[in-house]
Amino acid sequence: MAAAGLERALREAALGLERAGEEAAAALGAVRAALAAAGGAAALGKRERELFDAFLRSLAGAPRAARPEGVWQRCFLEGPPVPAFCVLLETLGCPRLYPREVVEVLEQFLQEGRMSALLWEVCQQPVQVGSQELQEALLNRIVCLPNHVSNKLEGKNPPVFFPQNYFPFLGGTIIQVLQKISDSLRGKIEILGILVPSLMELTKSDCIWQRICWRLVEYVPDRWMEAVVLGFVQQTPGADVLSRLLGNLVVKSMKAQFVVTQKMLLLQYGHTTAVLQNLLGYLALDSLRRALLIKALQELLETWSSSSAVRHSPPEQQQYISKAILICLSHLKETEIESCRQELLTSMMEGVKCHLDSSLPQIRHLGMIVAESISAKINTDGPVLKFQVKVTMKFMSGTNSCLHFSYSDDDLIPYDMSEDKEVKIKAPVYIRDCIEVLTGCEDMDKWEATVKALESLVRKNPEATREVSVELAKILLHLEEKTYIEGFVELRQRAQVAVLTTDPIPVAKYLTSQFYSLNYSLHQRMDILDVLVLSAQELSYPKSHWKTKHSGAPKPCIQLPHGSDSSKDWRRIVDERIKNKTRRFATGHSQVELASGPNEFNSVAGHFFFPLIQHFDRPLTTFDLLGEDHFVLGRLVHALAVLMYLAVNTVAVAAMGKALLEFVWALRFHTDSYVRQGLLCCISSLLFSVPAECLLEDMTEELLETQSWLGGKRRGARPHLLLLMERTAYERQQITVLCPEHPPSTPAACGFW
Amino acid sequence: MALPPPDPQFVLRGTSAAVHTLHFSCGGQEPDVPVLFSGSENGLIHVWNLKTHRVDTALDGHGRKSVYCVETMGGKNRLLSQGRDQRICLWDLAEGRTAVMDSVFMENVGFCRCSLLMVAQGRWLMAMAAKALEEVQVLELPSKTSVCTLKPEAGAKLGMPMCLKLWQLSGGSQPLLLAGYEDGSVVLWNLSMGKALSQLACHQEPVMSLDFDSEKAKGISGSSEKVLSIWSLNEQQNLQVYKTHNLVNAGISDITIRPDKKIVATAGWDHRIRIFGWKKLKPLAVLDYHTATVHCVSFSNHKNPRERLLAAGSKDHRISIWSIYTQT
Repeated sequence: MAAAGLERALREAALGLERAGEEAAAALGAVRAALAAAGGAAALGKRERELFDAFLRSLAGAPRAARPEGVWQRCFLEGPPVPAFCVLLETLGCPRLYPREVVEVLEQFLQEGRMSALLWEVCQQPVQVGSQELQEALLNRIVCLPNHVSNKLEGKNPPVFFPQNYFPFLGGTIIQVLQKISDSLRGKIEILGILVPSLMELTKSDCIWQRICWRLVEYVPDRWMEAVVLGFVQQTPGADVLSRLLGNLVVKSMKAQFVVTQKMLLLQYGHTTAVLQNLLGYLALDSLRRALLIKALQELLETWSSSSAVRHSPPEQQQYISKAILICLSHLKETEIESCRQELLTSMMEGVKCHLDSSLPQIRHLGMIVAESISAKINTDGPVLKFQVKVTMKFMSGTNSCLHFSYSDDDLIPYDMSEDKEVKIKAPVYIRDCIEVLTGCEDMDKWEATVKALESLVRKNPEATREVSVELAKILLHLEEKTYIEGFVELRQRAQVAVLTTDPIPVAKYLTSQFYSLNYSLHQRMDILDVLVLSAQELSYPKSHWKTKHSGAPKPCIQLPHGSDSSKDWRRIVDERIKNKTRRFATGHSQVELASGPNEFNSVAGHFFFPLIQHFDRPLTTFDLLGEDHFVLGRLVHALAVLMYLAVNTVAVAAMGKALLEFVWALRFHTDSYVRQGLLCCISSLLFSVPAECLLEDMTEELLETQSWLGGKRRGARPHLLLLMERTAYERQQITVLCPEHPPSTPAACGFW
Repeated sequence: MALPPPDPQFVLRGTSAAVHTLHFSCGGQEPDVPVLFSGSENGLIHVWNLKTHRVDTALDGHGRKSVYCVETMGGKNRLLSQGRDQRICLWDLAEGRTAVMDSVFMENVGFCRCSLLMVAQGRWLMAMAAKALEEVQVLELPSKTSVCTLKPEAGAKLGMPMCLKLWQLSGGSQPLLLAGYEDGSVVLWNLSMGKALSQLACHQEPVMSLDFDSEKAKGISGSSEKVLSIWSLNEQQNLQVYKTHNLVNAGISDITIRPDKKIVATAGWDHRIRIFGWKKLKPLAVLDYHTATVHCVSFSNHKNPRERLLAAGSKDHRISIWSIYTQT
């Protein structure tokens, strides 16, 4: 209603201005009345404002007669201040109005506090696109007003337009506006959002503006200090800018100090990290304020290390305080740390304790992070606290920045892994199953497990093995490495030996027959020799192979009873003392009792030996021992030598010796030195094994032949062997030796093996 | 007392052959059903519906020869599969089609899985073992133009490439290739220069699988030995051994780092899936479900981390699906 009235009055006034005289005066009166009825300039809407702007322009351009004295000025003073101010400044250059007149209106404008109304109006306008230039222009006009006026009046301007008067006035005006702002619109920081950026711009390189600004904030009444400071802190992009705007406000105003060092740090916790950084950075930038920074840090640490605070304050606040502490720490200098090292240490210890007591993982992590940082700061050379928590702080990323934790693997709780054992493929437990697996199984894992398990299975089940021994021996002889197994050859050989020793006669019969049969590789034939030799060795030994393994139990040793006066131990102590004080004159090792048992090779030696020696001179299509396969012959000769050696004290030894001598005789001119070496080996083992009386009685001729062969070419090992032969014969004649039941462990004759 | 390891969330049966490769496609919006692709020894690619746990489609494109690599090319409608018939097939599965659009003939007969990297919208690079024994070829897809062939220096004796991983730091930077070779070494290749930047002897045995975390510049590789090797790439682009981890049983057939880089899973010859924390390779779990060698492990790409799944395919014809460490 009132707005409509004003609109009508403005239209009529525009007409009235053209007619001048009484009508104009009446029209202006109507406008003023309508403006008052509308609630004053501050209540005008955008449309009315534009209309009023146009009206003021036409008023300024109207002839003197159309501007009744005393009334038209009021229109400018009562109208919306922004258009009024702009129009007045524009008309300063206008010929229709005397500059003096305009300046008078401007003077009144300032005196009547329209400037603060103007600022207020600008602050109230919502920020619009395009209004930036307008504001720029307006600010320019406000700041340049003294220059404009003095230019127009050529220096004869009223005192209020002198810069030394005008700018303090302007500062005061701003304070008024600020008061109004914090008074009426508490918390509406948008207003500061406009003021602060402009101030930032203005103070950038202008120390006068800086001082104005300092004064401006200093004069903010205590009641509104908090809102203003908070606004400034939130609006400024960095601590240096804030320092420029606020100056040493916190040192001068106790209220501001309280707000900055207490309220914003300890009581509030909703501020962003950027605000915290601004605030603490501001404190750190000036030496006067640094004392406050240290004080703030101390207070923060006090809160941080208070177990009550840790227990009762919300985690968000604790995080906020932690952030503040970290920021403070980053600002501290070496000397400052030095001065409060002890306090820091005390707080840290207390704080760590109460944080680690917390049941919330977040709080524990916070405690660890802060403690680590403090520790790193105060112990520049000593050991530092190190929890395995990593923290990345994103400080510069704006409002949503916060502490980002990236934990080590510790937040992933492992499951029970005790069942994670080495996989053992279940090997068959019966010999017959083994045969099945070895002959036709496609599962390589199972096959591998069987190969590995076979030997022990054979040894544990001799009865079952005997039932299938030849079949098993056959399979093993033909067994090929289907898939790579570490030590396959050895595993197979051990299994073969186990089979042969378990059931020697049939298996030996089989193997020796196979040695001379068709379609075997040289390698297989040599395998057969190896197996025969190893088995003979095992059989001829006492059953130590398997039983002595268990004798390695630790000897009972005496433990000194430390401080134990238990009566149970008295005997041990006494024994010990006796042992210590008794001198023993016997030296040397205590006698190792030799294990003894029947020589199992005795009954089977012939089965090993004779089939091998019989057929060497019958060439087969694939196997010619006397021809190109002389390497196998060499091995055969050596094998025979070992068998001969192992046959000591057996019944068959005499017959074996005789056969061996004939064998040696037949081959004595063999071209291959390895074979001849083997022959010498044979002779030496024969000399060891065959009793002297047999040698001299039963095989005198053969021995003499051999002797002549050995004597024929005195080269290499032969002379030694000849000597040995003679000596042996002699010794054997002279002394009836009680031969040990078992041969020495390493047959010397096997040296070539 | 640590909790006992979890059981599989569910088990997919019915491939009726050993499973050699798995690939999830779960990133789609509703009502897109999350699916799992599996490639098996009988040459079929099964498309598993993860809502119903049933096979939606079985794709037969490799002449009944084992399929050992399956990858999607941006969404579940475009599929790449690699088979022992020496073909890499590109499938069009949109609107229920099951057509092989295109295929690449590989002249290599090894077991090396190819590696795929999207370099731009609709443009992929694919690395695969080339015809010559030691070489790797990189093609651009879908154009199939050869980008480069990576030849080791004469006398390097790397042996065949066993596993490949194409990667790039962030969008736009030039793609690099990590290749594990028969002699146990891992080589970093620059594709534009066709030159080896760095070589590291990680294993004594052929490298069976590797994965790489480009954020941490750290990778992991496994071989037929009892050791996992973790190596890092420094700023001079040199590979260095970071640490090794000893396993209880020998043989790793596949290694995958979860997309969020929190955990890593290995597929073991000992029938077990092992889970480690990726940061320090802290052992977290041993999942013992399968009764034969585990051939492949794969993590799903669910948008919601809580729904993330782990799948493992085994020689025992089964695919086990696990939900593990989803709360982190």
